[in-house]
Amino acid sequence: MIGIATYFAFGCFALALLMNLWKIVTAPDVADRILALDTMFINAIALMVLYGLALGSAIFFEAAMIIAMLGFVSTVAYARFILRGNIIE
Amino acid sequence: MDSLFEFLVSAFLVIAGIFGIVGSFGLLKLDDPMSRLHAPTKATTLGVGGVLLASMLNAAAFGEYFSMHELMITLFLFLTAPITAHFIAKVHIHRQETRETMPAAGEDDHWATHDTPEDEERRNAAADPADL
Repeated sequence: MIGIATYFAFGCFALALLMNLWKIVTAPDVADRILALDTMFINAIALMVLYGLALGSAIFFEAAMIIAMLGFVSTVAYARFILRGNIIE
Repeated sequence: MDSLFEFLVSAFLVIAGIFGIVGSFGLLKLDDPMSRLHAPTKATTLGVGGVLLASMLNAAAFGEYFSMHELMITLFLFLTAPITAHFIAKVHIHRQETRETMPAAGEDDHWATHDTPEDEERRNAAADPADL
């Protein structure tokens, strides 16, 4: 049962990643692109944790944590660059 | 007892997957930029929360270890999602809106995102002319 549910979740998040990619290509403005990239980061965390669950290993949690931090920092840096033309003033 | 945990983990995974796909589908489907902000910041964050809960339950019930790392990631994501949403909304105000299209800013004459250096100088000069 868990196996089928894991495959279902894998499929959902993979499809979500593809939708985000499509949004990045067709986005009308930079704000949407930042949003889609941030969502891709979050979906990548989910996929990584799912992979760890499927393999029964705890190694992927550290990687997921690092991706979560990188995603936050890069989203804020991108938004700040658009807002101020500079990241650290 | 084992089948109960199995059911719980599977339910969390399915719910998380549905939330994740709804978040990204909303990003494609909604047509106003500020409505588009809702879908990923709420639904996708919940979806990841579900995956992390399922992973924690799974490790505690069937694995040989019990870890709280997932809770840390969940907490971090729930803390940072509103901040990123706020920044993206500010980018939208900065690029798509003008002072005329924004709603009234209360006692100020415009929103801080539209502030220019000249505005700041004018405000400082008006606030305390004696100090200058």
